[in-house]
Amino acid sequence: MITITLTVNAEPVEVAFAPYKTLLEVLREDLNLCGTKHGCELGECGACAVLLDGQPVLSCLVLGVECDGRRVLTVEGLVTDGRLHPLQEAFADLGAAQCGYCTPGFLVTAKALLDEHANPTRDQIREALAGCLCRCTGYQQIFEAVEAAIANPQSAGNPQSIRNPQSIRNPQSIRNPQSAIRNSSEAR
Amino acid sequence: MKIIGTPRRRVDGRAKVTGQTKFADDVMLPRMVHCKLLRSTLPHARITRIDTSRARARPGVYLVLTGQDFPIPYGILPVSQDEHALAVDRVRFVGDPVAAVIARDELTAFEALDFIDVEYEPLRTFSEPEESLVHPEPRIHEYGDAGNIHKAVSLKFGDVEQAFADADRVFEDTFFYQGNTHLPIEQHAAVAAKDPDGKLVLWSSTQTPHYVHRALAKTLAMPAAHIRVIATPNGGGFGGKSDPFNHEMVVAKAALMLDRPVKICLTREEVFYCHRGRHPVLMRFKTGVKLDGTITGMHVKTLLDGGAYGSYGVASTFYTGALQTVTYHIPTYHFQGCRVFTNKPPCGPKRGHGTPQSRFGQEIQLDKIAESLTIDPAELRLRIVEKPDTLTANYLRVGTIGLSECIRRVTQAADWKNTFGKLPHGRGVGIACSSYLSGAGLPIYYNDMPHSGVQLKLDRSGGVTAFCGATEIGQGSDDVLVACVAEVLGIEPIDIRPVTGDTDLTPVDLGSYSSRVTLMMGNAAIQAAERARDLLADAVSKKLSIPKERLVFADRRVFDTEKPDTGVSFSEAVCIAEALFGTIGTTGSYTPPRSAARYKGGGVGPSPTYSYSAAIVEVDVDPSSGWIHVPRVWIAHDIGRSLNPTLVRGQVEGSVYMAIGEALMEEQEFRRLPPAMSHALVHKFPSMLEYKSPTTLDMPEVFTELVENPDPRGPFGAKEVGQGPLLPVMPAVANAVYDAIGVRIDEVPITPEKILKALDAKAAGTAPRYGPTAFPDIPWPEPLEVPPPWAGGDGKAKGSNPQSAPQSAIRNPQYGVRP
Repeated sequence: MITITLTVNAEPVEVAFAPYKTLLEVLREDLNLCGTKHGCELGECGACAVLLDGQPVLSCLVLGVECDGRRVLTVEGLVTDGRLHPLQEAFADLGAAQCGYCTPGFLVTAKALLDEHANPTRDQIREALAGCLCRCTGYQQIFEAVEAAIANPQSAGNPQSIRNPQSIRNPQSIRNPQSAIRNSSEAR
Repeated sequence: MKIIGTPRRRVDGRAKVTGQTKFADDVMLPRMVHCKLLRSTLPHARITRIDTSRARARPGVYLVLTGQDFPIPYGILPVSQDEHALAVDRVRFVGDPVAAVIARDELTAFEALDFIDVEYEPLRTFSEPEESLVHPEPRIHEYGDAGNIHKAVSLKFGDVEQAFADADRVFEDTFFYQGNTHLPIEQHAAVAAKDPDGKLVLWSSTQTPHYVHRALAKTLAMPAAHIRVIATPNGGGFGGKSDPFNHEMVVAKAALMLDRPVKICLTREEVFYCHRGRHPVLMRFKTGVKLDGTITGMHVKTLLDGGAYGSYGVASTFYTGALQTVTYHIPTYHFQGCRVFTNKPPCGPKRGHGTPQSRFGQEIQLDKIAESLTIDPAELRLRIVEKPDTLTANYLRVGTIGLSECIRRVTQAADWKNTFGKLPHGRGVGIACSSYLSGAGLPIYYNDMPHSGVQLKLDRSGGVTAFCGATEIGQGSDDVLVACVAEVLGIEPIDIRPVTGDTDLTPVDLGSYSSRVTLMMGNAAIQAAERARDLLADAVSKKLSIPKERLVFADRRVFDTEKPDTGVSFSEAVCIAEALFGTIGTTGSYTPPRSAARYKGGGVGPSPTYSYSAAIVEVDVDPSSGWIHVPRVWIAHDIGRSLNPTLVRGQVEGSVYMAIGEALMEEQEFRRLPPAMSHALVHKFPSMLEYKSPTTLDMPEVFTELVENPDPRGPFGAKEVGQGPLLPVMPAVANAVYDAIGVRIDEVPITPEKILKALDAKAAGTAPRYGPTAFPDIPWPEPLEVPPPWAGGDGKAKGSNPQSAPQSAIRNPQYGVRP
C-alpha cells in the first residue's frame, strides 16, 4: 500500500492503495467515485476520461501513484453549489446521454475543450471528442449539446475552484506507509 | 396532449449526466468477493481432466467451480437448452467458460486461473459454415436437425415457380453479410448475494431479467420465488445482453455457497466472447418482376453461421426470411433458411435481429432491378410498397404503413431528382427502405399470459409509483413508462417514480428486445393509468357533485371542464379516492393480438404493428484508393407518433450510426493461430482499438424526418424506433457506391480493398462487382406449403392438423421448482 494526497473535485484527499492500481481503480474502488466508468481498461474507449490538472486523461492509463499532489476532476465535481454544469444541463435536455455510460467521459472532455476554447467550431468539437466512443447516440445530439452549453451565457467554461492551479506536483510525497484509507468525507 | 409529443429531458436525464446512474459494476457490497472465469484456449475439444486443487490452495481463494457444479443446461429458447454455466465435458469455442475462481479480490482470482490444470483432447474445428454442412461429424451438439445443421427450414407461400414463369424478368443475386458485434461501452457485470432471509438476489447488466430469472431457477434447481433478479440500467445493450449468461449463473451459485456477495465484471476481451451478435449470412435472392417493377414472386435462401451455441438462433433463422413481404407486395414467396454450428462465439440478436442481412440483399437487388428496367429506384419502391391493412403472403398482418411518405420525404430532402445519377464520378447517392416489428407477437416460451404488466401505486402525497419489469438499456423505457402515466393522469413526469426491471417488485415484462417495450409496456401503462383515473374521477365526482364525464385531469389538477376553477389538486383527488375506496393501486396488462399465421414457423414475424423507414445515403469514393466517406444521410421513419421526439431522434441517429459502422468497418473476424502454436481458431481482434467502430470524426451529418401517422395499436399511436432505422442504411450505402463509381459491393463491410478489387474487375471487363457468387447445396427439408390468403389459404400449412397452431409446440409456463 502507498498513500498519496491529491485534490479531487476541489477537495483535498489522502488515500492509500496498492501501488499497481490505476487512477480509475483508485477513484472507483478507494474513493467511491463511481461516476467514472470503464469500457476497456486499455485506453481505447474514452469512458474513463477525467481531468488531471485540467487536461483530459484516460484514468485507466494513469497510475494512482502518478497523481500525488495533483488535481483531479471527475463528473461528480462538475456540479457546483447544487447546480448542474451547463454541459450537464444541455446533455440532459438534448438527448446527449442515452445509456449514460460514456457520458461522464464526454462531459469532462468537453469541459476541457471549453476551458481551452470559449467558442469552438463543430469540427473542433468533433476533434476534441474523437477519443470518446458512444454506441448509442450517433454523436449528433452530443455535438448539439456542447454547442448549446456554449450558447448558454452564464457559465459554460466558468472558472471553478478546480481551475485555480494551486497544487504543485510533488513526487516526494509518494510514500509507502502501511494502509488505512484516510480520505475526505465526500469520498466516504 | 401536454407530455406526449413534446421534446423533453428524459426522466432519468439528471442521473445520467451526474454519474449517479447505478450500473451493475457500481454495485459494491460489504464483504463482497470477486469472480474470474477460466476460458477455453481451444476451439473444439473434449475435456479429459480438470484439476483445481492448486488453485484452491492459493491464499485468498475461496471457491473454485467447474462444470460438475452445473449439471443442468439452459438457453434462451426452449428448443435450444444447450449451454452450461461452465463446460461439462466439451468446449466449443476459444473463450468458452471452463472454470471459475472466487477470491478476495480480482487480482487474486485472476492469478489463480493459471493454477487450474485442464487437459483437452482436440476435436475437429469448424471455422466456416460450409465445413459444417459437409462434415456431420463430430457433432458440435447432440441436437439439431442433422449433423452440424442446427436448423433448416423451408416455407412456401404460393406457386413461386409459376410466378417466375409469368415474370418478364427474373433476377438472381448472391450476397454476404459479415457478422459484427454490439460493442456496448459497458462490459457485462453481475453481482449476486444471499439476502438476509437466505434468498438469492442477482444484480445484472441484462436486457431480460425475466429470462435470467427463469434460467437461474432452472440451473440452480431453486424455487423462482426465492430468486430476485434486478436488471441494473444497461450501459448499452443492442441485443448483446438478452441471453442468460454463464457469469450470471456462476456468481449466483457462488454467492449461495459462500453466503457472501460475489461480483464479476467481464473484460472487454470477454465481451467479444459473449458476443450473440449479428450472424454472418450468405444469401441468394431470386425475384421475378413485370416490366413495370411489380414483383411476381421471390425465393430467398439464407445460410447463417451460428457459432457454437443455439442462443436465439432458431428465431434469427426465421427472421432472415420473415419481413420481406411486410415492406413490398410479394404475392408468392419461398423462404429457405439454414443455421449451422461452428466453433466460434455464439451469434444471436443484434439490433434488427436477423433482418438486416436479408434487407441488405433485397434492397441492393431492387436497385439492380430498377436499373435494368430503367425505373428510378425511388419510384420503383413507391410502386411496390405493401398496402396498409393487409395480410401478407406469409400471414403477417400489416396495419398502418408510412413508407410511401417516408420515401417522398427523403427524396425531397436529399433533392434526389437532381442528384441520383447526376453527381460527378466518385460521388453518389443511394436509396433503400425497410420495415421492422413493434414487438414480437409471440413470447419466447409459449403461454397465454400478458407480455407486459404495469402496476401503479397512488399516494396521498400526490406522487405515483409506476412498477414494470421493463429494462432501461438507454433507449428511454423508464421515460416511456412515466410519460404514458403522466399524460393520462394530468401530472408531470417528475411526479412519478419508475421502479423497473426487478423481478421481486415489478410485474413481468418480457424484456428489452424485439422493439417491444414502447408498444407493450406503453399500452399496459395507459390501461393502468386509465383505471386509476377512473377511480379518482368517481371519487371527485361524488365529492364535488360534478358529472364524471365533465372531469378533466391536467396541470396536476382534477377539474370541471365547464368551470375550470372548480376542482381539486391531484393529491387531494388521491386523498378523496383513498378515503372512499381504500388504498389506491391499479394494474394494466398487454397481450398482442392473435396472429393469423397458423403454420409451424409462423411464430416469428407477427407483430402488433410494423415501423417503416427510408434512407438516402451520400458517399464520396476515391477511385484511386477506394476510400469511402459518407458526408450525409437523410432518413425518414414512420414512428406512428413520437412520445418524446428528443429520444426518438436519438434512436434514429443512433441507428444510422450503428448502420454506418456495419456498412463500412465493423466485422467479427477470426483467424488461425500459427500451426507451431495450437493452430486454434481465435478472434482476430477482441479489442475496441482494432474492432473498428465509428468515432465522432466518421459520423455523417444525419437529417431525420419523422412521419407521424398514429397507429391504433400503439400507445398514443406510437410504433417502434430503436431498430428499424438501422436497416435501410447499409444497402443505401452500397447503392450509393454504385451510383458513385459503377461497381457493386454485394457484401458488408464495404471496405476500400473491396472497392479496388471491384474496380479492377470492371477494368478487366469482368462483372463490375465484389461479392460471393456461389451458394452451397443444403439438404433442405420438404417445404411446408401454405397457400397465401388470396389463394384461399387460412394461415395453415397444407395437410397439417386442423388443430395445429404455432403455439402448439411447448406449453409450459412454469419454471424452476415450486417453493
